Amino acid sequence: MGGGLSNGKSIGDVVLDLQDISLAFGGVRALQGVTFDVREHEIRAIIGPNGAGKSSMLNVINGVYHPQQGTVSYLGAKRHDVNTHEAAVQGIARTFQNIALFKGMSVLDNIMTGRNLRMKSGLLAQAFRLPSAEREELQHREAVEQVIDFLEIQAYRKTPVGRLPYGLQKRVDLARALAMEPKLLLLDEPMAGMNVEEKQDMCRFILDVNDQFGTTIVLIEHDMGVVMDISDRVIVLDYGRKIGDGTPEQVRGNQAVIDAYLGVSH
Amino acid sequence: MKRNRNLIILFAALLAGLIAPLVTGASGAGFYTEVLLGGLMAGVLYSLVALGFVLIFKASGVFNFAQGAMVLFAALSVARMAEKMPLWAAMLLAVVIMVALAFVIERLVLRPLVNQDPVVLLMATLGVTYFVDGFGQTVWGSDIYEIDLGIAKEPVMILGQLFEGGILINKDDVAATAAAALLVILLALFFQKTKTGRALRAVADDHLAAQSIGIPLNRIWVIVWSLAGIVALVAGVVWGAKLGVQFSISQVALKALPVVILGGFTSIPGAIIGGLIIGVGEKMAEVFLGPVMVKAFDLAGGGIENWFAYVLALLFLLVLPEGLFGEKHIDRV
Repeated sequence: MGGGLSNGKSIGDVVLDLQDISLAFGGVRALQGVTFDVREHEIRAIIGPNGAGKSSMLNVINGVYHPQQGTVSYLGAKRHDVNTHEAAVQGIARTFQNIALFKGMSVLDNIMTGRNLRMKSGLLAQAFRLPSAEREELQHREAVEQVIDFLEIQAYRKTPVGRLPYGLQKRVDLARALAMEPKLLLLDEPMAGMNVEEKQDMCRFILDVNDQFGTTIVLIEHDMGVVMDISDRVIVLDYGRKIGDGTPEQVRGNQAVIDAYLGVSH
Repeated sequence: MKRNRNLIILFAALLAGLIAPLVTGASGAGFYTEVLLGGLMAGVLYSLVALGFVLIFKASGVFNFAQGAMVLFAALSVARMAEKMPLWAAMLLAVVIMVALAFVIERLVLRPLVNQDPVVLLMATLGVTYFVDGFGQTVWGSDIYEIDLGIAKEPVMILGQLFEGGILINKDDVAATAAAALLVILLALFFQKTKTGRALRAVADDHLAAQSIGIPLNRIWVIVWSLAGIVALVAGVVWGAKLGVQFSISQVALKALPVVILGGFTSIPGAIIGGLIIGVGEKMAEVFLGPVMVKAFDLAGGGIENWFAYVLALLFLLVLPEGLFGEKHIDRV
């Protein structure tokens, strides 16, 4: 967790490089030859009309889908087809468009599951509360407390997440992903369905995560205002093809992007 | 509020039925206690089988129809292997067999069906049921076999000075109860206190989300089916020692259905308490309600033990659908 990134934050090397990615479900071509990269510490937005292939793109990065064509390079090495679990082991965390929390469990337990990969002590040691396991549990509990403080959900620790309002559930979803201390954080419409106030909070959290922890973030978002405000670079998809890529200013002036959003007169 | 009222009425009726024989003088205190204990012992066996259902449902959302077949298979394995080796070795080997079975089921049934509807998985476990039933007989034979735990079968008399004639209990029943209690404590610790337990609960709630935070679904499934296999082994040995190892064991396992409905599909304590309620309830009904029905309606009587559990479960479904201890899900509309 490197500090000192605030203000003149330094965008680093390419951490994720996708070359010529094509993905089809039967006859439906979700992605067609999409190429883009993500650099260290940046906030990279994926935008596009409904059905443009944004979520598919995220699912490819996350290992849910395996593209039929193209290569994914992660942290400088070409990656074979990984499953979601392996992607998580490699430091890729995500949140979900339709919240996918463990509804029967408390906020605390939900976030603790994010630490699972980092817990090392054996089954028996944990079951019988051996000192080593106890120490480890405390250590992870502390990390979770930091995340809880960071996202300002102290009041809801013991609440079953099913009872929380929508905006807070989204926040717990983010908290669980953060507890993994990911290198790369994928956010699938983190602000969907939120009111203005909740959106502002979420924007602040995303910027803070990026700023304080130096986490690289790839996010999908529909709210153009938000995207233009917080992203370093934006990629625009339409019908599974990339039609624009660049800084928010460049994308805003791109004729193909304007056409895709506003329609073209023939 | 109305639901709470119904629940109170249901419990009041159960309690009234429970103490009626004593109050009305239909039974002496000694005999009554004996029936009660008999019910509790039978209940422990139901609990053991129900525990297997709950484990798998809790961790994978799959209703494992094959639990009864697994109990029979485990019991058969122990009984037949014990003919050639000491009992402890047979049980140890049976544990290995049940874990291997879990591996095979995960690889051949669960993994190809990941993210399918619960109904599809239920059908798949139905298939597993018939396979395991048949395979067990193919490998081990289909006669009635014995498991000898080396505990005397003759009942012993206790509390002779408190009640007239004392109370008869079986030592093997006491051993079974102790084994069940130990198993439950271990499982509760495992689910609540370990990261694997937490991972199991997470997988139960949402497969995809669990995978995305790095919980390996396949390994979790092997663990939980192994656990269910070991619980089935304990249940099978206890049942088998009591009644002999035979095909009917897998049918008796169906008694565990009302138990999980009563206790809640996701609750380990629920499986235990549900089992005890059903065990006591049906014994009481058979012994005390039967004669009353014979007298009052001129019926043949008997057979109450067979349906009582299901009627009780039905009543609970109406009043408390999630069971006594099941997780209450709040759905947003």
